[in-house]
Order: sequence, then structure tokens, then C-alpha cells
Amino acid sequence: MALSVNFSIAKTHLLSRKKQTVVAMLGVTFGIAMFILMISFMQGVNKFLQDTMLSSTPDIHIYNDVKTDYSASVAGDYFKDSDKTVIVHHPKPKQITVNLKNTDAILADLKKNPQIAAVSPLLSSQVFYNYGPVQINGFIDGVRINEETRLYNLEDKMVDGKTENLLTASDGILMGSGLADKLNVRTGDLVSLTTPIGTTMRFRIVGIFTIGIGTIDNAKSYVNLASVQQLLGQNSNYITDINIKMKDNTLSSFLAKDLYKKYNYKSEDWVTANASVMASNIIRNVLTYVVSITLLIVAGFGIYNIMNMTIANKMKDIAILKAEGFDRRDVVQIFLTQSLVIGTLGAITGIILGFFLSYALSRVPFPANNSFISLKYFPVIFNPYHYVFGIVFGVITTFIAGFMPSLKASRIDPVAILRG
Amino acid sequence: MDEILKTEHLNKYFHEPDTFQVLTDISLSVNSREFVALVGKSGSGKSTLLYLLSTLDTSYEGKISINNMQVTGLRQNALAKFRNDNIGFVFQFHFLLPEFTALENVMMPALKQGKYRRNEIEERAMDKLRQMQMEPFAHKPSSKLSGGQQQRVAIARALINDPAIVMADEPTGNLDTANSEIVFEIFKDIVHNKGRTIIMVTHDMDFAHRADRVLELVDGKLIR
Repeated sequence: MALSVNFSIAKTHLLSRKKQTVVAMLGVTFGIAMFILMISFMQGVNKFLQDTMLSSTPDIHIYNDVKTDYSASVAGDYFKDSDKTVIVHHPKPKQITVNLKNTDAILADLKKNPQIAAVSPLLSSQVFYNYGPVQINGFIDGVRINEETRLYNLEDKMVDGKTENLLTASDGILMGSGLADKLNVRTGDLVSLTTPIGTTMRFRIVGIFTIGIGTIDNAKSYVNLASVQQLLGQNSNYITDINIKMKDNTLSSFLAKDLYKKYNYKSEDWVTANASVMASNIIRNVLTYVVSITLLIVAGFGIYNIMNMTIANKMKDIAILKAEGFDRRDVVQIFLTQSLVIGTLGAITGIILGFFLSYALSRVPFPANNSFISLKYFPVIFNPYHYVFGIVFGVITTFIAGFMPSLKASRIDPVAILRG
Repeated sequence: MDEILKTEHLNKYFHEPDTFQVLTDISLSVNSREFVALVGKSGSGKSTLLYLLSTLDTSYEGKISINNMQVTGLRQNALAKFRNDNIGFVFQFHFLLPEFTALENVMMPALKQGKYRRNEIEERAMDKLRQMQMEPFAHKPSSKLSGGQQQRVAIARALINDPAIVMADEPTGNLDTANSEIVFEIFKDIVHNKGRTIIMVTHDMDFAHRADRVLELVDGKLIR
């Protein structure tokens, strides 16, 4: 019974000064709406960048990094048996092998690994695309197209033709859209490539893709593995890279270390390969949370202020209530309830407003050059966790903001006030 | 006629700006069904004494018992409950809660007490308002009532929990003669017909002499 008296007093207080209540509420509404909008947008951007990055970065990339291990040298071997100390200045490698050895064994071993979802060996090379007398710099990946598409879902990125066309045309080439534009070629046209070792070969375009990253779309093409091996004059075991897709790519860095230990080739996980993107993700997230929390704290101050003012105006009322028999706990309840109602209503309208703003933003066309990034609208994600966080934080802030004034109110000495 | 309030050797000091003894060795006793007037010049300490008796002021030396219960030493929350059950207040300024109607103001202490259901309390409150001839104004917001009307509502509120004692601090100080007279008659009626006790602080000596008993304070000491 006592509880409901306090609530009805709180309700009367709130309703009798509607404007002030609404103003206090709007502070919370605005703070939370902005938080939802910003975090949805920032994390939308993060996700977009990460997806784009992931769509062209394998979870683990194994390749032969030019070894700078000079502990074994010809001179060292020659003078091995004598009791001299051998120091060699400026050693240079005698022979560089860019390819991976024992690829069949490695591939078989990887396919047995339960953490791995797909494996794709490739042979990549720099090439010059011949455009009349001009040569355009780029590179090609010789792949087994079936395995490569399992890695990246390349099929979705095709704007013309299909990835499986490579299977039926041994001289087929899938070209990046930017490159195709530069060379002024379309599906069905022929294009001639020259490698750094001087060999030239002609390919027929059987498909064109747009991944959405300029550096790839403007320079890269896929051809059959056998074609590149032929182009470079190597045998069918000659492979320079192995790309791996994992079932759970959060474990990439651990597996990468294991693979390095096993095969002694550089194994780069996607996080390391894209360290700058990950770093900027983190910075964006921190920024968003800091700004949002600041907004909410400011809203909290607004409520603190209003509660203080309300209580200052109501000192007589509090004295009367205390004289009538309301104790300190009742007084705290009466005012804290008002603060919580303001906070909860503000939080709820805040997330609703935040949702509408986020939705509106997601329909705004993104004003950018579409040849470098494939972004049609502003990227916005809708994650229920943010909405929950918004409400919880809003309510907590207003609880704290209202608690201190309420406590002060409960300590008012009625005698001092009633005596006038 | 039994003893409803008793004090033993009350002493009270103010500490600002210097320590000053405002009440000295007050020992008094009030019986039920008494209409007591507490008089004295301005600054004699009569309001101070009333607020000690009301349990709102707990910093004093000595003992106070009300309705056979010692209130000295009780904690704040217990005192709040005791007040709610046993004491009704009427102040010099009407001190009704402005956002609530007359009826709601009267109901408030009873709602806090929680002894009866809401509709019962509403009936009892209407009844009290009727006794004060304020029934037609029951649903008016208290801020819209005149001074005399508010005071009558305040008296109704003081009575809602059927308290043992009604304590009034200069209840007619702000009222004109006509309204003062109405309040006085109501007080007499409460004591003689309804069997309550009233302790009223006033500096109007004519008024005081119409009460059953007069306690006079001079410089903090009780002289009669």
C-alpha cells in the first residue's frame, strides 16, 4: 500500500509539470538516439570494410617469403672443420626459389585438417597486359577455379560470365572490371599477357568481376593454374601460394603459427595481413563509445539539474510529507521514481528514434566514386545488442543522476522549513 | 481522563551563532480531551517546544512520552510511523500539497498508514471534509482555495488518522477574524464532542484564555 502511495505522488508530480518532464526526457532521448545512430553506422562501416577485406584476403596465406637466414653460408661450410671463426659480410642468397616445395604433401595434409574449410593452391605472377604498344602493369593468379571460388565466393562478384567458364576454356581468363575497362575489352575478346621472364601468351576473356577494391579490380585476373605454369615454363607442381579458408576464422592466428612450425613457410593470418584495417576498426569503435557515453553523461547532468530544481521547489512539500509520517525511504522513492520514469521513457523513445534515424541513413546513397569501393548506400547495421545497451545505460545514468538529489531531499529537516 | 503526553526535564540548546539555551527544564503533562494553549512572547520558545513534542525535532535533553510510549530515542523511521498513527499537524501556513485536490490532501496520511483500503479512506476523508463544511470543494486543487478554506482542509487532514493529539502551530495566525473564529469553534468541537486532545501554540492571549488550559513560557521556562 505504501509503495503505491509513493508512486501516485510521483505520478502527480510528473504530470503536473509536463513540460519540464518532457524536456528532461528529451535529453536522454537525444543522447541514446545519437548513440544508436552512431554505433550502427560506425559498426556498419567496420563490417563493410572487414567484409570487403575478407572477400579478398584468405584466412591464412602461405607463401615463400624470401629467406634472410644467412646462418648457413658457403664459406661457413667450407671452413667448417677448422677451428676458425667465420664471419661473412653482406651475404647474398645464391639461389631464390619462390615456389613452395612438397606442395602435394602439404595440400593433402591441409585438407585433412578439421579446422580448415577450403584450400586453394595458386601460382601468382606479375604480368604486363598488352594494350597496343602500351603495357599495363598487373598480376595474374593461376588457380584451380573450383577451389578458389570456395574461398571467396567469387561467383557473386561476377558482373559478366561465370567462374566455371575457366574450366571449359584452357586459355580462359577472368578479368577485373577496371582492368577490362582500361584495356577496352569485353567478354569474348582476346588479350595478350607478357611475363617478366619475357614469355607471352594470349587469353580469351570468359568473365569479368568486380570485387570492390580498386587495387584488385584494376590489376588482377584469374587464369587456370596450368596456363601460368606453362607461361612461366614450370612443371605442374610449381606453386607459389596456398590460400586457406577456415571454418572459424577467429582461430586464424593460432593455426597460422602451427602451420609455420610445420612447413617452415610464412603463414600469414588475415588479421596480421590487414593490421591497419583492424586498428582503425578498434579506433572507430572506441571513438563511438566515447562520444556516445559523453552524450549520455551530459543528458544525465541535465536530469540531475532538473531533479535538483524540482526538489528545491518542493522543500515545503517534503517537510509536510515528513510531518505526516512519510519516512526518508518514502521520500527517496518518490523522487527516484520520477527520475527513473524520465530515464526509461527517454531511453525507449531514444532507441525508437535511433532506429528510424539509422534506417533513414541506410537508404541514403553513398556519395563516392563507385569504381573504387562498391558501396551503394551508407552502411548501417542493426544489432539488437546496441539497443539493449542503450536502454540499460540510459536507465542507469538517470538512476544515478536522480539518486543523489533524492537522497538530499530525504535529509531535509522539516522543522527548519515549517517554522518559516 | 488519562495522561496522553508527558515531558520530563526537557532542555534544548541552539548552537548558532553561539550556544544558547532556549528551553530550560520543561516538565509538563497533558491529559486527553484537553484543549491546551501554549503561549508566550515571540522568542519565548513555544514553537520550539511544540516541535519537540511533535517528534520532528529530536535534538534535546530529557524525555517525552506520548500515548504511553516513550518517543525519546526512537529512530527516524519509527518516529515517522508514530507520527503517522498518533499525531495530526496544523501549521500556520496551510501547507497543503498544491498539485493535489483537497480530498487527496486529506487522504494522504491515511494512504501512507495503509490500514484501510483506498475507497474506505476516500469515504472517511469526505466525512472529515463534511465536518469542516468543505465537502463541495473536495475535488478542487488545493491551490485554488482561499486561506480559510485551506486551513479547514488542513484540519481535516490532521484528523484523518484519528490521532491521539492534534498539534497546531499558530493555526489562525494568517487568518482574518471570521475564519479564525471558525477554526476555534472547530477545535472546541473536536475536543469536547469528538474526544481528542489539542495542543495549540498561539500568541493571541484572548484566544488562549478561551482554551481549557494555558501553558505559558517566559524565556524558555514554564511558569504556569
